[in-house]
Amino acid sequence: MAVIVYPDTVEKEIKKASKEAVYYASKVAGQLGTETIALALGTLEEDKLSTLAKYGADQVATVHDERLDHFDSCAHTKAVAEIVEQYSARVIVIPYTNNGQGLAPRLSARLKAGLVPGAVDFPRTDGDFVVKKGVFSGKGFAYYKINTDRKIIGMLPNSIGPQENPKAGAVEQLNVTLEDSDFTVQVKDVQKSTEGVPLSEADLVVSGGRGLKGPENWGVIEDLAETIGAATACSRPVADSEWRPHHEHVGQTGQTIRPSLYIAIGISGAIQHLAGINKSKVIVAINKDPEAPILKEADYGIVADAFEVVPKLTEALKEKVAAS
Amino acid sequence: MGSSGFQLFEFLVSFGYCFARIERRKIDLMKSLVCISKVPDTTTKVTFTDNNTKFNEENVQYIVNPYDEWYSLVRALELKEAKGEGTVTVVNVGPADNEQTIRKALAIGADDAVRIDAQPTDGYYTAAQIAAHAKDKGYDLVWAGSESIDYNGFEVGGMLAELLGLPYVQNATSIDYDGSSATLVRNIEGGQETLSVHSPFVLSTQKGMAEARIPNMRGIMQAKKKPLEVISPVEAENLTEITKFEHPPEKGEVKMIDPENVEELVDLLQNEAKVL
Ligand SMILES: Cc1cc2nc3c(=O)[nH]c(=O)nc-3n(C[C@H](O)[C@H](O)[C@H](O)COP(=O)(O)OP(=O)(O)OC[C@H]3O[C@@H](n4cnc5c(N)ncnc54)[C@H](O)[C@@H]3O)c2cc1C
Ligand SMILES: Nc1ncnc2c1ncn2[C@@H]1O[C@H](COP(=O)(O)O)[C@@H](O)[C@H]1O
Repeated sequence: MAVIVYPDTVEKEIKKASKEAVYYASKVAGQLGTETIALALGTLEEDKLSTLAKYGADQVATVHDERLDHFDSCAHTKAVAEIVEQYSARVIVIPYTNNGQGLAPRLSARLKAGLVPGAVDFPRTDGDFVVKKGVFSGKGFAYYKINTDRKIIGMLPNSIGPQENPKAGAVEQLNVTLEDSDFTVQVKDVQKSTEGVPLSEADLVVSGGRGLKGPENWGVIEDLAETIGAATACSRPVADSEWRPHHEHVGQTGQTIRPSLYIAIGISGAIQHLAGINKSKVIVAINKDPEAPILKEADYGIVADAFEVVPKLTEALKEKVAAS
Repeated sequence: MGSSGFQLFEFLVSFGYCFARIERRKIDLMKSLVCISKVPDTTTKVTFTDNNTKFNEENVQYIVNPYDEWYSLVRALELKEAKGEGTVTVVNVGPADNEQTIRKALAIGADDAVRIDAQPTDGYYTAAQIAAHAKDKGYDLVWAGSESIDYNGFEVGGMLAELLGLPYVQNATSIDYDGSSATLVRNIEGGQETLSVHSPFVLSTQKGMAEARIPNMRGIMQAKKKPLEVISPVEAENLTEITKFEHPPEKGEVKMIDPENVEELVDLLQNEAKVL
């Protein structure tokens, strides 16, 4: 009956999205009157395992196998499927991160368990099992009903926010049968982004568009971001012109983010851009054109030349930061 | 061993040799299958009908899902061109009016197309249709987009990989392929991973893979004559269904701030919006 949650333990870390998924799973388990089992694959350290308890795992199951330290959709799916059977789990929660997107669909097909790919809210469990999910790249929501007994929820990161929910979280070592042939990819290299806060996890984001004219002007964006501890992002043409690295590009064909604060500077607000950012809690737009579409989407707007107003804003923020 | 036994042995060896050669030739001839979904143009105003249970298709312009067209298809064509041989087949699960969209993929350069005549009602159902077509065709590379921009599922590629029993590399931003082994870069949280995998396998693609191509007149003319096979769906379940749609909440009016008074914005962000 249990709820099993798979934290994405990429590079043996428990990131924000995984904490959030464990918390989410513990709430679902509460709704269903059952317990939460966090399944940590690979050789995680003790303190990482206890983090899972802190966010709501009644029990932490681990498979201490080095080969599982790198994600492999075949091996990880096989391991999770086996453990789901062992616990007769009814609901499986998977953060819909890059790895989660490799695991959840495979597991769904293997177990013939319906998947909600990108849930943004808790499920409705009285009667039908129904979960809300974003569709049409931010232009709508849909309620997905899962028809199968066993259910998989791919949880969209940053949709609930992690909260602590301390539980006992006794650690149990499990064994699963994994042959070498279950490992199908060979990891050659892992490059971590060098910047402070990865965009996908950032709570505050400062983003620049073509209005900044060229890469040499990005100092104003970086200064503002640094002052408030924000990550930096950009519009698509900015990445296409190689003013900024591709992983900063947000929008329909880039990253989808949902920070608390998104500051758009010199960005017109094309619909494809909005698709990636319109779930932000608060949007600030700085644009010299009072007709720019971004101002219709924003909560706060300043019509001015970015090169004049952004340094002033940075100064004002510095004073506040210093005062607090 | 008697002489007839030896002959049989010899025959088997030569047969095996032949077989190995056929196998090798098959590997040389790189075969790609590119899954393409048909989606509303990115500028579509999204509305719903039937008491918010259906997407309103009226006046909607359809396009090939940008991930499928810009990243998967173009990169599959580039690999084929670099090798100087091979085939790129596109597959779509959908009704007859999808054929216009499918022809666009042929105009960009796909060799042939398969349309599986069914409504793609659920990710699993769709993947099961593609898997039934692909399972005995000997495709080396099976390409999906990371997501379709209508239902944003990030799911069909992974389901397909499982149904075909193949490795899966999701959200790849580049691929090089030597005919049997591939090196890919894929996104992970807070970074990128470089990995290698042997074909056949399934991948899903993201930005970085390739630049968009615009079909030329010749491509458009040729596309009309390229084979587009229509096949019947197989039995498969819908594991999920959509019961209702909803619009995102309306945005309130934007509050304009005097550029001479940026302190007001700082104050609002701290005390009204409470995000700082
Ligand atoms: C299928 C498809 C997918 C796409 N996907 C994406 C995507 O994922 N992400 C994305 O961003 N785009 C995407 N696009 C592109 C999108 O349509 C827009 O072209 C793009 O977002 C525009 O970028 P921009 O706002 O930086 O530039 P522009 O539209 O050129 O806007 C620049 C803005 O800066 C303002 N400005 C100029 N100078 C100043 C100044 N000194 N101070 C202040 N403001 C100034 C201007 O008033 C203008 O509003 C996609 C397009 C298509 C067709
Ligand atoms: N109806 C379909 N026909 C063919 N391929 C599809 C279909 N729907 C989705 N796909 C493929 O699966 C990818 C991911 O779609 P999704 O999982 O729906 O977000 C798309 O980019 C396509 O490559």
